[in-house]
Amino acid sequence: MISLFINGKKIKVDADPGTPLLWVLRDHLQLTGTKYGCGIAQCGACTVHLDGRAVRSCVTPVSMASGKQVTTIEGLAETALGKTVQAAWQEVDVPQCGYCQSGQIMAATALLKENPHPSESQIAAAMDGILCRCGTYNRIRSAIQMAADQTVAKKNGGAA
Amino acid sequence: MKTQMKIQKKNLTEQNPSRRQFLKDSAALMGGLVIGFYLPMKGGRAYAADAQPKPAKPIYPPNAFIRIAADDSITIVVNKSEMGQGVYTSLPMLIAEELEADWSRISVVSAPVAAVYNHTAFGMQMTGGSSSIPSSWEQMRRVGASARIMLIRAAARQWGVPESECRAENSQVIHAGSGKRSSYGALAEAAAKLPLPDQVALKSPKDFKIIGKPMKRLDTPAKINGTAQFGLDVYLPGMLTVLIARSPVFGGKVKRFDATEARKVSGVQGVYQVPTGIAVAASGFWPAKTARDLLAIDWDEGPGAALSTPKMFAEFLELAKTPGAVARKDGDPVKGLKEAHKTVSAEYEVPYLAHAAMEPLNVVVDLKPDHCVIWTGTQSQTMDRNMAAQVAMLDPDQVEIHTTFLGGGFGRRANPRSDFVIEAVQAAMAVGKPVKVVWTREDDTQGGNYRPMWADRIEAGIAKNGKPLAWAHTIVGQSIVAGTAFEGFLVHNGIDATSVEGAADIPYAIPNVQVDLHTTKNEVPVQWWRSVGHSHTAFVVETMVDELAHLAGKDPVAYRLSILPAASRYRGVLQLAADKAGWGKKKLPANHAYGVAVHKSFNSYVAEIAEVSLENGKIRVHRVVAAVDCGMVVNPDGVEQQIESAIVYGLSAALHDAITLENGRVMQSNFNDYQPLRFSEMPQVEVHIVASSEAPTGIGEPGLPPIAPAVANALFKLTGKRLRRMPFDRETFV
Repeated sequence: MISLFINGKKIKVDADPGTPLLWVLRDHLQLTGTKYGCGIAQCGACTVHLDGRAVRSCVTPVSMASGKQVTTIEGLAETALGKTVQAAWQEVDVPQCGYCQSGQIMAATALLKENPHPSESQIAAAMDGILCRCGTYNRIRSAIQMAADQTVAKKNGGAA
Repeated sequence: MKTQMKIQKKNLTEQNPSRRQFLKDSAALMGGLVIGFYLPMKGGRAYAADAQPKPAKPIYPPNAFIRIAADDSITIVVNKSEMGQGVYTSLPMLIAEELEADWSRISVVSAPVAAVYNHTAFGMQMTGGSSSIPSSWEQMRRVGASARIMLIRAAARQWGVPESECRAENSQVIHAGSGKRSSYGALAEAAAKLPLPDQVALKSPKDFKIIGKPMKRLDTPAKINGTAQFGLDVYLPGMLTVLIARSPVFGGKVKRFDATEARKVSGVQGVYQVPTGIAVAASGFWPAKTARDLLAIDWDEGPGAALSTPKMFAEFLELAKTPGAVARKDGDPVKGLKEAHKTVSAEYEVPYLAHAAMEPLNVVVDLKPDHCVIWTGTQSQTMDRNMAAQVAMLDPDQVEIHTTFLGGGFGRRANPRSDFVIEAVQAAMAVGKPVKVVWTREDDTQGGNYRPMWADRIEAGIAKNGKPLAWAHTIVGQSIVAGTAFEGFLVHNGIDATSVEGAADIPYAIPNVQVDLHTTKNEVPVQWWRSVGHSHTAFVVETMVDELAHLAGKDPVAYRLSILPAASRYRGVLQLAADKAGWGKKKLPANHAYGVAVHKSFNSYVAEIAEVSLENGKIRVHRVVAAVDCGMVVNPDGVEQQIESAIVYGLSAALHDAITLENGRVMQSNFNDYQPLRFSEMPQVEVHIVASSEAPTGIGEPGLPPIAPAVANALFKLTGKRLRRMPFDRETFV
């Protein structure tokens, strides 16, 4: 049995320690918001947060997540930043087929946590690993910039 | 009535996770629904059962498409698959416009398989050919208008007032004289008992309140919080995950196999030989994959093992020098070429392409002795259901298909042989339990059903005044529809219309034109891929027209305008794109160049101007200005998304992608060697829409064909080198 903290809850799963976190989330826990796209860390559809940092769950053995905080798209709205990012995604109306969007949103939130006001090239660098076949990249950029502006505005508002 | 009740009950009890997902927000709806059961009627176009005189225009039963609950929530049953193109928003918009519905109370469910949900032109339930809006434009507005008339009628009867004094607005019926008003939810039950109206007048476009306005997608909330259900997200009790080891060579068969090691993997429940290979059934994806990797299989590879891409192109290009089946002939191209002032000839190669949707193929099958339930993201419900029934030896009405969200379709999920559905039913028959068959990314990339590879040859000549005089184009490649149910519709006199579309119908004024086709055959299964034949013909035609402009010493836009039909919609989009891009006026940064292309597909016209540079020999597309004429626009925001999407999909192919074969084996496997465009490569995209009062035409695909030639033409401007092979990143520039 492996103990995991997922979206703030302690969960025990009976899985081979080498099983990728992705398949534990999906097949064991039915947390299906995290997607399978490539299995080799090429597309980023499986991106989740491990102790707040974006990781590819398709190549992260579940044993590596043991004792760490795992956040998936299902738990993202628990944080103010996650909520802000999702609200920006809604406002810009980013998704088309939507399959990659969990990974996009998780990657964008991790970026903004580390760098609350990223430049265009920093956004491109952070998001380059998350593929979208529908071509929503320009809207993703707009949504990240919108979320960044709102985060900064909130901070300034708080300080004033 | 008995049948109706039975159907109603069946649909209400077969709630599954996907349905539940949709219905969660409108649970009350199951109570007081009125215009509200699924009511599959006989025939693609259902009429009121008791309406004796056949109306001049077909009347679609609103109860198949609209459910109004007592709490005023409205659920639209959408009969097209949502694969990103926005039909779960645009089709409800058509209904809501005529229904005078409160847009904020609308939600969507996917239609089951039934004749009433057939595509109005295809005669089966299917999503493809950029046809959802054109084929639903009148139908869905009629559905909405019929329901509105019935609701008004119900209110007028309750109040004892003439219908003509009542109007509908924002999900309410209002009687002006008395000030009485009643909500749709309160009227629905009475309205549902009324006969369908046989006269339905539709609004004039000037009165549209929803159509033509940019609307937010109804599926966005579920797609940003992880709750949107794709096929891969369906889990049934007792279900096993199945991975199948398929032949590494197309057409190969299992000779013998040893599953000893595979069976030892914890979680593996069984290993079975199925028609397409060896199936491993396990408690989840990971044990299934681990075990599949341990299978030892000896394959009888068959003739497919002889296929190698360079050899195939060489053979195709030899064929291109010989006469083929004639798809178009005007005048005498041989004579025209002899008389031409200047001539040019060129050969083109474009490769097989995988669709590479982000969600790999997958199907869930729950097979019982007298019933089969399938969950999958399909574009082709009727054919899939019928093929599944045939394989499972059931009647079609014993097979249900639940269409989930599609994690991209691009044509792959409308397989004319129902390949992935049939295989999953076969796996369910072998395993004897509910199964989810999952294709890995590698399976998806190497699984065939590609956009065909094509070789083309063009000889063209211009007259002294620079105008084209002769054009001889020969196309070589496989037929997509040969051997499928579509052959009868799409192949005439040996010409598959999808092989020559965009080539046989070139619009330019050329007195001598011939377009020939050689249809080749081999073991590689081919299929429609976003924009189908246009994905290659626009590249060939629009780069050659650019060559002719250069040969004539003319500007590429001015040259096209001089040979396009007067007052044609081609000219409108070309001129608009040129104006918006500042063609010939805007000063571009050093080492940047514009290239242009214009093309009609799916009855829509698109011109694109690409601003391109080379950075250390690497092609960089900075900006694309697109102008589109797709008739009247339902959702401008959706049009913008689709043009942008098609440009990105087309750029991936133009710049990076190829499926190649060596000794019958596919050389690419995953996103490391088959590379979609990434974030950092994304150009700015501007979309300009031509105002139109014409009926709506396609939008999912027409943005794709012009992008490759626009980029190629810009690269010629930059380097003087003509690009005649895709993908372009195989070329070196000095």
